[in-house]
Amino acid sequence: MNESKQLDSAKRGAAKLVLVVVGMFGFGFALVPLYDIICDVTGLNGKTSGKYVSEQSLKIDEERTVTIQFLANNNAGMPWEFRPVSRSLEVTPGELNATEFFVRNPAKSSITGQAVPSVTPFRAAKYLHKTECFCFEQQQLASGETLQMPLRFIIDSEMPKDITKLTLSYTLYDITEQVSGDLAAD
Amino acid sequence: MSAVIEEHHHDDHHHGPAKGIMRWVFTTNHKDIGTLYLWFSFAMFLLGGSFALVIRAELFQPGLQIVEPEFFNQMTTMHGLIMVFGAVMPAFVGLANWLVPMMIGAPDMALPRMNNYSFWILPFAFTMLASTLLMEGGGPNFGWTFYAPLSTEQGPPSTTFFIFAVHLMGISSIMGSINVIVTILNLRAPGLTLMQMPLFVWTWLITAFLLIAVMPVLAGVVTMMLMDIHFGTAFFNAGGGGDPVLFQHVFWFFGHPEVYIMILPAFGVVSAIIPTFARKRLFGYASMVYATSSIAFLSFIVWAHHMFTVGMPLAGELYFMYATMLIAIPTGVKVFNWVATMWQGAMTFETPMLFAIAFVILFTIGGLSGLMLAIGPADFQYHDTYFVVAHFHYVLVPGSVFSIMAAVYYWLPKWTGNMYDEALGKLHFWLSFVGINVLFFPQHFVGLAGMPRRVPDYNLQFADYNMVSSVGAFLFGFSQLLFLFIVIKCVRGGVKATDQVWEGAHGLEWTIPSPAPYHTFTTPPDLKDISEAHG
Ligand SMILES: [Cu+2]
Repeated sequence: MNESKQLDSAKRGAAKLVLVVVGMFGFGFALVPLYDIICDVTGLNGKTSGKYVSEQSLKIDEERTVTIQFLANNNAGMPWEFRPVSRSLEVTPGELNATEFFVRNPAKSSITGQAVPSVTPFRAAKYLHKTECFCFEQQQLASGETLQMPLRFIIDSEMPKDITKLTLSYTLYDITEQVSGDLAAD
Repeated sequence: MSAVIEEHHHDDHHHGPAKGIMRWVFTTNHKDIGTLYLWFSFAMFLLGGSFALVIRAELFQPGLQIVEPEFFNQMTTMHGLIMVFGAVMPAFVGLANWLVPMMIGAPDMALPRMNNYSFWILPFAFTMLASTLLMEGGGPNFGWTFYAPLSTEQGPPSTTFFIFAVHLMGISSIMGSINVIVTILNLRAPGLTLMQMPLFVWTWLITAFLLIAVMPVLAGVVTMMLMDIHFGTAFFNAGGGGDPVLFQHVFWFFGHPEVYIMILPAFGVVSAIIPTFARKRLFGYASMVYATSSIAFLSFIVWAHHMFTVGMPLAGELYFMYATMLIAIPTGVKVFNWVATMWQGAMTFETPMLFAIAFVILFTIGGLSGLMLAIGPADFQYHDTYFVVAHFHYVLVPGSVFSIMAAVYYWLPKWTGNMYDEALGKLHFWLSFVGINVLFFPQHFVGLAGMPRRVPDYNLQFADYNMVSSVGAFLFGFSQLLFLFIVIKCVRGGVKATDQVWEGAHGLEWTIPSPAPYHTFTTPPDLKDISEAHG
């Protein structure tokens, strides 16, 4: 009798442990949004946030200028020509700046691209506000088509004084397959 | 679950195992299943070892001689996967099957039918994994850590089979751990408290909790890979809004506890063997339990020390650096306790003791290089070099693998009823000991000098050390055939073992006859021997 009692409680214990297992499987997936939140809050990985809308106009810091360099890279397999129109700008914190990136699709077919930005040093990421960026949307270029893609940004005057130079780097991904996959799914 | 009850009816009628191959297919006996696990793990050890010898043969000289770089990558990947998931983990599950019920005075594992399933999943999982080598595009070639996008966007078509194999082995070890936990918590002999359990049982209890916490996360990360590859999601694809660095975070959230999954049961084994041959009680039993628990807890909060170079904020680097170094404290407590147990003991040096002492010394070397790697700024130099390879092989081979060999020699007389050949056992130990150090020690030097891991060719300046390392690899590798011979010889016959086997051995498993009868403790044991089981 005692023995079957032991086995009953063993089975109850096993059922509880299965719940733990299911919970941890879910936890693995919960790490995905959690990671995004942590990156947003801390600027981890140099992730910049989305489109910036200012509630009040930003204070302009005439005291200093900051150099911002632009980099354009292609992810493996992306055939586009991709480069910044100007390699670097000297900007005043608080002022709105504009520049452009150039792309051309030399391939024989139409391709959809998506640029992903990253800022170094990472701690500068949260002071770079983009009011307009080609990275907010996807670009579709027909064979041979070219495009000047706009970027407008403000460097926050709150940015620590010791950061005098930052790099804004874009990596361009070929997402043609994913986009057509999405259409097929729709 | 009626299988459980049937099994007990069955006990009353006849006491031997069924005959023929079907005995092994349908068995629910913990000793049979333990044996299956151990033989399976040994087969995987030889398979993974032969992959390692392909690697060392290619690295014997600079330049490309034997294999194509593409195949070399498949060898490093499969070697890692098979050794971690096929050799070390199943070996410890096999030891748990054999020993946990005997050590706590239980008649069997709590869920014998599930125990059978957990084992029989493994041959399918590893056949699937190994068969990827024959598929078009070859097997996995992205390293055992299968970082995205190497595995998601650039991996071979066989990656899908790799993912299913990981799912299967994950299910197997989750079922195995659930079984271990409920067995330990529910089937202990009446009067046996948790703090009276042998340390092997304790360390396995904690390991099993680690397993059920992190194996589902591993299952989750490979599921995300599967979705990225086949269903157009972008968990790890930056172009679609994901992040490959996220992969590393999720993977190492599993991966760091995983390294303790492979070492905590080893601590338990060594804590059983050293007191026996020192003829003293284990020094600091309670501190061992607390140290193991704190190591397990800390293992969840240090994962990013594998990722110092991905670009973390300074605060993150510092946190993961100090948190990692903290683990040295409970680990140090353990090493101190083992040395203190030997101190002024009446020591003899039978083969299990030799392996156990080598474990303490060489594991400590591996722990020390781990501390060096934990230093964030220094890690930028060491990262992805042979120094890392030397470090984790020192903790895994003379660490985990030596402890498994020590355990086999120590309990083999109880399992088979025969003593193994002591002279051959010692020969096996010395060949392994010399081989392993010749193999891995030089890798510290080439690593510090900057030789990257996972490359089939290298700069001429590393040639001498690599040649030495390869010689050690072949010495160590072929010595394991001697191990196979010794075990088979012992199974087939030899000097009859007494019930206690070792003069200084204490614990319930030494109170039953040798060889251990097919069914033990069908009625709970008298616990008078327990108080002597440990300090
Ligand atoms: Cu780790």
